[in-house]
Formats: sequence, C-alpha cells, structure tokens
Amino acid sequence: MNEREAARAHGAVRGHAEAHGAHEGAHVVPTSTYLKVGLVLAVITAVEFGIVYVPALKPVLIPLLLILSAAKFVLVAGFFMHLKFDRWVLAGFFAAGLILALGTYLGLGAIFAHRGG
Amino acid sequence: MAVLEQPRQVGLLRRPTSLTGFWSWVTTVDHKRIGILYFWTAFFFLLVGGIEALVMRLQLAHPDLELVTGDRFNELVTMHGTTMIFLAVMPLSSAFFNYMLPLLIGARDVAFPRLNALSYWLYLFGGILLNVSWLFGGAPNAGWFGYAPLTSSVYNLGRGIDFWIQGLQLLGVSSLISAINFIVTIFNMRAPGMSLMRMPVFVWNQLATSFLLLFSLPAVTVALIMLMFDRYFGANFFNAAKGGDAILWQHLFWVFGHPEVYIIILPAMGIVSEVLPTFSRKPLFGYSAVVFSTALIAFLAFGVWSHHMFTVGQGPVVNTVFALTTMTIAIPTGVKIFNWLATLWGGSIRFTTALLYSLGFLSMFTIGGLSGVMHSAAASNLQQHDTYFVVAHFHYVLIGGALFGLFAGIYYWFPKMFGRMLDERLGKWGFWVMLIGFNVTFFPFHFLGLLGMPRRIYTYPAELGLARWNLVSTIGAFILSVGILIFLVNVWKSLRYGEKAGPDPWDGRTLEWSIPSPPPVYNFRRIPYVHTRDPHWARKYPHLAQAEEPPPAATAADSEAEHGIHLPSPSYMPILLALAITVGAFGGVFRNVPLVALGVVGTIVSVYLWSVEGEGGIVVEPEGDA
Amino acid sequence: MAEHHGTGGHALQGPARGPGAAQALAVGHPQGAGHHAHSEVGVTGIDNRKLGMWLFLASECMFFGAFIVAYIAYQGKSLSGPTPEELLNIPLTSLSTFVLLMSSLAMVLAVQAAQQDRQADARKWLLATALLGLGFLSFQAYEYTHFIHAGLTLSVNLFGTTFYTLTGLHGLHVTIGVGWLLALFLRSLKVGLGRAQALSLELAGLYWHFVDVVWIVIFTLVYLMSVLG
Repeated sequence: MNEREAARAHGAVRGHAEAHGAHEGAHVVPTSTYLKVGLVLAVITAVEFGIVYVPALKPVLIPLLLILSAAKFVLVAGFFMHLKFDRWVLAGFFAAGLILALGTYLGLGAIFAHRGG
Repeated sequence: MAVLEQPRQVGLLRRPTSLTGFWSWVTTVDHKRIGILYFWTAFFFLLVGGIEALVMRLQLAHPDLELVTGDRFNELVTMHGTTMIFLAVMPLSSAFFNYMLPLLIGARDVAFPRLNALSYWLYLFGGILLNVSWLFGGAPNAGWFGYAPLTSSVYNLGRGIDFWIQGLQLLGVSSLISAINFIVTIFNMRAPGMSLMRMPVFVWNQLATSFLLLFSLPAVTVALIMLMFDRYFGANFFNAAKGGDAILWQHLFWVFGHPEVYIIILPAMGIVSEVLPTFSRKPLFGYSAVVFSTALIAFLAFGVWSHHMFTVGQGPVVNTVFALTTMTIAIPTGVKIFNWLATLWGGSIRFTTALLYSLGFLSMFTIGGLSGVMHSAAASNLQQHDTYFVVAHFHYVLIGGALFGLFAGIYYWFPKMFGRMLDERLGKWGFWVMLIGFNVTFFPFHFLGLLGMPRRIYTYPAELGLARWNLVSTIGAFILSVGILIFLVNVWKSLRYGEKAGPDPWDGRTLEWSIPSPPPVYNFRRIPYVHTRDPHWARKYPHLAQAEEPPPAATAADSEAEHGIHLPSPSYMPILLALAITVGAFGGVFRNVPLVALGVVGTIVSVYLWSVEGEGGIVVEPEGDA
Repeated sequence: MAEHHGTGGHALQGPARGPGAAQALAVGHPQGAGHHAHSEVGVTGIDNRKLGMWLFLASECMFFGAFIVAYIAYQGKSLSGPTPEELLNIPLTSLSTFVLLMSSLAMVLAVQAAQQDRQADARKWLLATALLGLGFLSFQAYEYTHFIHAGLTLSVNLFGTTFYTLTGLHGLHVTIGVGWLLALFLRSLKVGLGRAQALSLELAGLYWHFVDVVWIVIFTLVYLMSVLG
C-alpha cells in the first residue's frame, strides 16, 4: 500500500492527505524571485547606510530605521526561510516566539528604564 | 518478541544491539525506559532534597541552635530549593511525560528518541555536577534564585556559584531539548483520528508545559551567561561599581522563574485531570474549558514576572499592572478547580489512593492558591515579602499541589509502568500520614511569616517568640518523612510481591489501558484508530459513549503488524554527547582550559558521529495477538 | 523467532534519505509514528526535524532578545569611555552586513539546487555560503582587534560588556553555522548533495537565515542608531 492510500485509509486527520500530495518543499519558487529579494535586501542596506548621514532625517530616523530593518527581517523570513510558502503552523511557532520576546523585553526594558530615571 | 532485522553498521562505534542488561539501559532510546530512568533518578533527588530540608528543620527547631553554621545553612537553603525544583519535581513530571505521552496519543515513541536519551543523561550529569559541589569546597549558597550581587566574585569567593551556573545550564539544555521533542511529538505523532481536541488533558498540559519551557528557559540561560561573564571575565552586567544594575538579574531570572512555577504545577494538573474522571467513572467535566484555561495560564505566565519584585521600587504603575495580571491568573485556575469538582459531582467515586492524592491536590493547592492571591496585592505583598508566609505559600503549591498531584500519578500509573499494583492499604496510610505531616509542617509557616520571621535565617533568638511554631513545624517534617518512608516500603514491597496488574486495572479511559502492563517495546501492536475522547472507554462501553465516526475497516497499521514493526536502534551517542558536554562544564567550574577544550572537541566529534549514525532502526515482530 | 523477513535491504541508516528509501520504509504507516530513520512527515504534514528546528529558532528569539534588551537598557550608562559613537564603524559594518545578506541568498540557492537535484550547483552555492560566512567573521575579527586597541575591553565599561557579549554570541552562532555548512559540504563529497540531502541542507539553511535575521536587528539597533548618540 502506498503512502497516499494509507493516508486515505486513515483519513481522519485533516490535511493529512494533502500533506503527502504536495511533498515537502515542493512549492517551486523561481530563482529570479530569490535574486530579486537579494537585490532588495542589498538596496535597503544601502539606503539605511545613506540615511543615517542625512541631518534632515534625524527626527524621523528611529521609525525609519525600524521600518527598514523590519522589512529586511520579513523578506528573509518570508522568502529565504520559506515561511510565506510553508505551512502556517511554522509561521505560528516563530511568531509566537517573536511576539513573546518583543512583549516581554519591551516591557522589561520599559520598567528597567523607568526605574533608573 | 523477536528482532527481525538489525541495522547496518555506520560510524565509528558498533551500534549496540542487546535489549536486556546494563548496557541496554545505558544505550536505550525507548521512551518507556527513559521514563523509568527519570522516575528513579528524580525520586533519589527528592530524598536528597528532603534530607537537606530535615537538617534545616532540626537547626530551626529551637532558638539559638548551632547544629550547622550559618554558611552551611545558606548552602542547604540553596541546594534544597535547586534540588527540589530542577532535580526532583520537574524530572518527576518528565518521567510521566516520557513514559505516558506516546501511550496516550497512540504512538510508538517520541519524535526524536536519541534526543530524548540525551535529555535524560544531561539531567543526570547536571544533577551530579550540582551535588558534587559539596565535595569541592562548598555548595552554591546564594538561594535558588541566586540574586546579584550575592553571586558576584567579590562577595562570593568559592566555587559554589560556578557549580550552580554550569549545573543549571546543563539542566536547561536538557529541558529545552525535551520541550522541543515533546511539542513535535504531540503535533506530529498522534494516532490517526486523534485530533487536538481529542487528546487526553494530560497531553494538553504537557504541551503547555513544553511551550513554557521553550520560551522561558532562554531568559535564565542568558542571565547565567551574563553572570558567568561577570565572574569569569570581569564583565559588568551586575557590577554596580561600573554602572551595572543587580535588578537586571532579577528581571531576567523571573522572566524564566515565573513560568517555571507553572512548568511545575501544570503536569500535576494534567495528572489530576486523568485520575478524577477514571475514579468518578465520568468524562472530565468541561473538557474544552479546562483545555483553554490551561492555554490561558501558560500565556499569562509570561506577563506576571515583576510580582516577585514588588519591593524593589518599581513605582505604583508597574506594581499595579503586575498585581492585576497576577490576579487574572486566578480566573483560569479557578475554572479548572470548579471543573474538577464538577467531574466528581454525581460520579460513582472509588476512593483509591490515586484519587485521595488528587483530592489532596485539590484542597491543598487551593490553600496555596489563596495565599498566592494575597501576595498578588502589591500593598500587602510589602508586608509578606521574604517572610515565612511566602515560604508557606509555595510549599502549599509545590508539595500540596505539584507533589501530591505527582503522587496521584504514581499510584495511578505505577501498575502500567511496572506491571504490579501498589498496595492500596499502605498507600492510604501513606497518604494520610503525608497529608497530616505536610500540614503540621507548613501551616505554621503562615503564622511565623505573619510574626515576621524572615526567610533563609539560620537561627533566631528566643525573645522573638518564634520557637513554638518552629518546633511544631519540625515535628511535622518528621511526620511527613514517615509518610514518604511508608511510600518507599510500599514500592519495595509491591515491586516484589504486588498483585499483578492486568492491562486495565482501573477500568481506565485512555489508550494506555488498552495495552499490556508493562507495555511491549513497540507499545501498540496495531496503531489504534481514535474516533472520540477517552477512546478506550468508548471501545469498552460503546453504549455510554458516542463514537462520532466508525473506524475504517482495514488500517494500514495492520500490514505493519504482519511485516514487523520498525523501532529506533539503541545508541551510545546520547550518553557520549552528554558526557562530553559535562566534561566541558566541569572544566568551566574549575576554569581548566584543557578540560574545556576537551569538552568542546568531544562535543563536536559526538555531534558529527551522532548525525552520521542516524536514527538507525530495527524491525521487531510483535508477539501474541493483542 | 529470529527469522529474517523478506523485504530486507531497507536502507535503514542515516545518510540515504532518498525518496526511494522513504518509500521502502513506509510500511503503510503514514503517521511516521513507527519508524524513525527517514523523512518523518507527521500529522501536520511537516517533517519532525523541520518542526523541531523552527521551535528551536522561536526559542532563540527569547535568547537574543535578552542580550539586545541588556544592550539597550545599559546604553549611555557607561561610567567611562570609549563610547559607541567613538568606535562603531558604520561603513565597514554595512559592508559586512551586505556580505551576510548575500550569504543567505547563496544559501537559499543551494537549497533550491539540492531540491531540484542539481548537485554541482548545490555544492557550489553551499561552499559560497560558508565562505561568505567566513568573510563576515573576518570583519568581526578585524573590528574586535581594532576596538581592543582603542581600549574597549569586556570589563572597561558597560558598553564593552554588552557589546562584546551580544555580538560575540551572534558571532558564535555564525561560527557554528559555518562549521555546520562545511561539515555538510565535506559529507556531500561522499554522499552527494541532491534531493536526498535537501532536507538536511534546508535545516542548516533555516538556522543560517535566522542568524542573518538576528544580525539585521543588531545592525540597526547597535550600529545605525549609534549616530543618534
């Protein structure tokens, strides 16, 4: 009995049969997509490097830099790490860790700074 | 059972093949054997921690005693706490996690059997490393939460803290690996038909515990790395002379330390959620509510850490916020308690020892929970902080809660794990003696705390008026010890002469009771098909349960039973890798560079051999016609 | 009882992870609960090892987060110099950041090539990834040497303490990653680097990209924002 038949026989676990139909990592992302993402990453890094030396941008530099680095983060995680194409549960796990870390450490940092000052 | 097929040899070491004898235990990757190893090791450390507690109680029995010095007392306090939390209670939960998880979800093993063995060996070696500190110039002495700057190289010259740092790091790695292993197992290896909402509640609690470990351990890992850098390389994280701040340690420690509290209690809650339905002969009341409450407790656990720091001067806003989040946790906890009570309501209750311990859990944990709610009010916390009132609270939660729950689990699952029944008469004696001893020991702590007795003092003058309740507590500690002794006698006796347990001595509800006791190495001859909660109960009493869909006529697993069952091969690599890491940690304690280098090289080589070796596999033929 | 059964010859051992081997092993048990040698696609449809790797990376967020928050919390609290503004070299670090980003690109191309069984390409890109990683580490070694000469040590002030631990532990992760990639490369000379090894390569890739992502955050928070003083 091959895997698919077996899966159908077991049947009850949702999404299982599809799992075997679409083999792991079989989602084809064309090489050009990766190259484009790589190019965008390089460009963003160049932009970041440029704007820190523009005095006029000083007041908005923090949000600007945060947005740019978040964009890089999302590009690498989404395309290179395949989260965009993989099963949601992986993104869910990673998001859980990321959100907990952000929440906990933003809170910790705020309390710590508040106490110091 | 016959081994039909052995693995091809790859890698340096011949793959071990024996299924019995000493080396079969050293090289085992079978979750059941690893569970049993966890069980005995954890129980050994429980006794060690208990003896440390008894010495402290003797020292405090009377004012101005000098049974042990103040320095020795500091070591006892620290090692008692560290041992009980990391070496006794958590691993005792781990014993059940390991042994029961695959049985409860209808799997043949965990997702990563060799990593499972690695977790155990790291735990064992970490425990040994912590405890040999007694022989090498003094044990850790800064309390189980090791507040800076008590741990700094300026104020703490011995090697105790170094042992503590390295030992806890080993235990942390062990727990992190287990957590990942269990989560993957729960997500990926459930029997066909067992959707998440059909899982036994114990498994849900295990899942929540594993996520808590996964996300909270890194904080203490980082804190310990910072402390190590401060002590070893002169970094300034907690060095006030260079602007460092000791409060950073407190934050990082409690970001881990509070989830840790739920890491300890959730497994016991899971056990109680299995025991109560079995002995009430009713399904768990409000399954979904209990599951969601478990998840909510786990989530909220990350938002309350600063309630351990109400007295450091965080200001009214922060204290209020953390008081509120802390009080919120009482809601899902209360939901669970009422659901357990409602499970008992109207059931045909059998008062077995396991049920008695569960009822002990319910009542004692509630007392501990109530004093916990008292602590959560920041204003009143200022009075209670660092007094015996706090000590009373967490012993009600940890012994009355976690340990009683774990004892319920022992009485419930011992027949499955060892194939023999524990004696019920001795069991009930043991329970009542433990319950009385526990309350005589720890209830007076409430009074002592309100009288102002601070934690961790090694003696007190007679004029303070603390003598009477301290003496009562010491007497109670010995009664509690008698209760533990009765249990040990029971185990010793039952392992030899105990009545043989059939596959299903309790008329159980979940899958583990559908297979022999103890289960064969492959667990299930045929992987079961699960079409409802409490699947074993539904199979026995189809008229009492509503099966939602009929099982398929022929399952793929049948062909497996005909052709033999694949199991992972035993391996030397887990213990070798754990040894290499431990050698490095030991070298770290003594700041011995060659030893550290040996550990690092050994680790790299072991990891490489590990990956080359692969999981391997043997094929066994199931016996009988189960 | 010790009878050998006929379907023998399963490639039960490690490295052979081909689809053929996986099929031979899947004795009709799609849940993967019974055997452990190969692609272990479970209930979620994801391989056990991949699921485990993602959980580990999620946990690492809490790990690096703690060092980052320590760096930020102690920013400007040093009692003596040298300060970040004096030392941090943004042009040079932009270059090393670019190198690390490009190593991620090479990594994803290596994984793609392995999945499509273009073994030579996979090997080429894998080696490129490792070399770019080594390039990044060389930048870091240069930077550390320069800083130490300028008087910034681990113990001189809080900046030294938090900077070296944060970037040092990141560097340690990169080092482990380079070791992992080189080990995969050497192994590929013996067992190939095609579809059968694609998952092993993908796991190393996930780790590698994560280390890259952490650097994206460090680069912004530690280096770029230092211009704000």
